[in-house]
This record gives sequence, C-alpha cells and structure tokens, in this order.
Amino acid sequence: MAISPAYARPRTADSGFTCGACQRSFPMAQAAGSLYVCPACGHHSRISAHERIRQLADKGSFQEWDPELAGRDRLGFVDTKAYVDRLAEARQRQQLPDAILTGAASICGHPVGLASFDFGFLGGSLSTAVGERLARAIERSAAELRPFVCVTSSGGARMQEGVFSLMQMAKSVAALHQLAEAHVPFISILADPTMGGSIASFAALGDVILAEPKAMIGFTGARVITQATYEQLPAGFQTSEFHHARGLIDQVVDRRELREVLSRLLAVLGPSAVEGAGRLA
Amino acid sequence: MSSADLDGTAAGEAAQAAWAHVEVSRHPDRPYSLDLVQRCLDDFIELHGDRQGGDDAAVVIGLARLGGQPLAVVANQKGRTLEERGKRNFGMAHPEGYRKAQRLFTLAGRLKLPVVSFIDTPGAYPGVAAEERGQAWAIAQTLEAQLALPTPYLAVVIGEGGSGGALATLLADSVLVLEHAFLSVASPEAAAAILFRDAGRKQQAAAALRLEAANLLEWGIADEIVPEPPGGAHNDWDETARLLRPRLEARLQELTSRGFDPARRRERYRRLDGLFSA
Repeated sequence: MAISPAYARPRTADSGFTCGACQRSFPMAQAAGSLYVCPACGHHSRISAHERIRQLADKGSFQEWDPELAGRDRLGFVDTKAYVDRLAEARQRQQLPDAILTGAASICGHPVGLASFDFGFLGGSLSTAVGERLARAIERSAAELRPFVCVTSSGGARMQEGVFSLMQMAKSVAALHQLAEAHVPFISILADPTMGGSIASFAALGDVILAEPKAMIGFTGARVITQATYEQLPAGFQTSEFHHARGLIDQVVDRRELREVLSRLLAVLGPSAVEGAGRLA
Repeated sequence: MSSADLDGTAAGEAAQAAWAHVEVSRHPDRPYSLDLVQRCLDDFIELHGDRQGGDDAAVVIGLARLGGQPLAVVANQKGRTLEERGKRNFGMAHPEGYRKAQRLFTLAGRLKLPVVSFIDTPGAYPGVAAEERGQAWAIAQTLEAQLALPTPYLAVVIGEGGSGGALATLLADSVLVLEHAFLSVASPEAAAAILFRDAGRKQQAAAALRLEAANLLEWGIADEIVPEPPGGAHNDWDETARLLRPRLEARLQELTSRGFDPARRRERYRRLDGLFSA
C-alpha cells in the first residue's frame, strides 16, 4: 500500500522537526529515525495512522481491510461549518476515508489484526464508519485467530454524528465479545490522547493495556472538569503514568520500545497459544 | 451568529422546540426514578453497595416484582431537595455507581432475574476523584456486563439520557423512552461548548443533535415512545406511572416468553446504525 508521510508535523519549520514540548529542532530524518519521539526531551509527538502502522508492522506486511468503507452525514449536521465539508476536507488532508485504518499485519513475524487511529482526522473521533471499521477488524481478527492490536488516539465521540456516535461505544464492545469467545487476545495501546467514549468502551477493555509516556487519558477532559467543579487538578492528572500508578494500565512503554514489547507479548499470547498449543484447553 | 440572530427564523424555531423538549425532561417537578419505581413496580426492596468498598447514591439497585414477575432493578437517581441533590450528586455517578450496576447485572444473571433499568442522568460525574478511580474503565466494564447479561433486559429513559453515563444502563433488549425524555451523545451545553466554543448556544446544539425522543424511535435506538400526561410527566406522576406500567409489563412479558438469547442483544448493538450491510 502507499504510505503517506507522517502528518504530525504541525511544528515543522522548513524540512526540520521541532519538538512541541521543548521546542528544539532536529533534521526530519533524525526525527523519523526516533519515531517522532524528541531525541532531546523524549516528548512523543502525535503520529498519523499510516505512520503508526509503518512503525509497528513488519515491512510490507500490512494488508488494509475494508478500504472503501466510509460513513455519511446522518443528521444533516451543521455547526460553524457543514459536517459534509469537514469530512471532505479531512479525507483529502489525511488520505483516509475516516479516522481509523485497519488491516492484517505481522509484528516481528507474529500475525495480528492491527487498528490505528488518526487523530488528525477530526480528532480521531468515533463516527459510525470508525466504529464499523473497528468492529469488523475485531471480528475478522477473532475469525482468523489473530491477536488484535489497537492503537487509539481519539478525543472520543464525534459530536456531528450525535447519538449514532454514542452507540459506537456499544458496537465496539459487542464486537469484542467475539474476540473473548474465540479466546483471542486484545492488546490495547493508548496514545495521546485517548478520551471520552473511546476510553470508556473498547480501549479500556484490552486484556493487556499499554500506554505511551505522558499520553492524556481520561473520561472527561481537564478543561471541562475545572469548569464544572472548580477542582484543583493534581500534578500529572490523567497522564499514562497517573493511571498506571492506579492500576488501570499495565505498562507505560516508550514508542521506541513498543514493537519489541509487543513482540514479547505476542510470543506469549500469539497464534500458537491462540490455537491451543500453550494455553489451557 | 448568536442565538438572538436566530429569533423568528426556521432554525430559531427548531432550536426553541428542541430546547423546550430538554427543559421538560429536566423539569424540577418531573418524577425521578424512585417516584416511578414506587408507582410502577411492586414490593421494591433496595440493595446497597458495589461490594468493592463503595455505595454510590446516584445509582439505586434493588429487587421488585411486576405482575408477579420478580425483577432486578437499576436506576439513576437525582435528588429533589438541596440535601438530596448533594447526596445523589444530581444523578451523576462515580465509578462506584457503575460498579454497583455491574453487581446488579451479576446478581440478576446468577438468580435468573430479568433486569429493568430507569435512566435519568446528565452523565457520568466529571470530577477528579471519579477519574482517579477509573471512571472510563468502570463505564466500559458496565457496557461489557450489559452485553453479557444472560437474562431479559428492559430499559426506560425517563428524563435525561446523558452520554456514556446513560449508556451504562441502556443496552437492553427493549428500550422505552418517555415522550419528553432524551438521549444524547453529550449534554446540549457540552456540545455547544465543543462545537461553537460557547455553552450559551445550547438551544442550537440541541436542535443540531436532533435529540427529541421521536427520532430515537425512527432510528431504531428506541423500540417505543411512552406517552406522558398533557404538558409532561411533571404535571401528574400517578398518571405517568399509569401510562408506563402496562408498557413495562407488556415488554417484559414479550421478552420473557420468547426464547431468550443475549447474542441477539449483542447483534442489535452491533448493527444498530443500520448503515452497513453485514
């Protein structure tokens, strides 16, 4: 498949890469080599769905599922702009039909079903099309006994799809039941940010949950909490490390080690184990 | 464009109509869950606690009977007096509330009791403590518990159905919605803040979200709209219950009499948006 360049370069100047946290600049090749993790401060920049797959999947192994599947504007929604126009712009800009890319891949030789959210596409929000692509990927992974790996980067519901967006939470959880019935593992990886309806449904239900360092993760965003309750937010509120300390995330993993950690997990949980060679009958 | 600019236009009328619907659903005299539980169900016995260290008063669980059929009941509960509003946290649950609901689903499965849920919540509580104790995880696990529940399950939205907090007790085999109740991806205020960066444009957001109950029926998210007394349920609680009870009874009878399979419930929520063929 054709892979578009990482979009997550809003802070680039010329051909360089500027870290959004420490503001230091690096040649683009160096940034790409460190997987868009700042070589100086370790800040993990957001990356596109395509870039994520390029980083995790074995070279040439990714076969996209449901490439044509796209949604539509069910409510005729208009806020400051018509939703149909927002969708068209996002499709053009991100070179994706909606905010998730799914497919078959291998990771260090281990076959998986792989899903990757694209935050640049309307904040990685849960549309009917995103929910459908996700559910189909889960079901196909269950049918093919492929461990399912999902990297989420999503602000949550897509307001412009109203209650249909809300119901994608139910849809994804319904699909996950099939994975459980087939005893196929689900590894959920939380990238910055994983909020609202995404973390309150499929993303929190991984058999194993990993998160990238300092990703923002939570049900309600910090701004809304402060406005609603006037509460003081504790240091590091809603970061990966915050949730890890409270037993909600298994490991916080540096992006540069993610493939290696997945490979080790898949060696224990992967296809031979799925087929019953290792695990209890 | 401000709300004032919309006065007298078609868009302005739509916004006013949608907002009127929201206001009735939130009317301070509207019957809350326990008011309807007491009037629609027999022998209600409240149970307490999530059995993990918490008892969130924003969620009520218990046992009851309807037409002789024993039931497990879960309900969001708002408060009417200042003191009770505090105790019930305005019907907004913390993780303990969702875990309390999970406990009820587990109990119902073990004892083979059908479940009836009453939904009336602005949403899950948006606070620091809720986040610290895994609000998102608690909701996700409750969604999972509902879709695994091995007994018939009936939900009725009686007022506000706000976001993921409402979804935590909504994924039933049959969903009833009172005439002036609504279900929404976010409160109109929150949606306006996100979409227009102005919570004051809540009327416009309410119209854009098309959150009136009748739409839920058209879209297949609800199975039935239950009529309310003229003007709304706040005008006559007894009459509201008199209209609701036979519908609960009929739906429950329908669910318990046919061969029951939770896989059908999962299929319902898997295919709900009806946009994609299998």
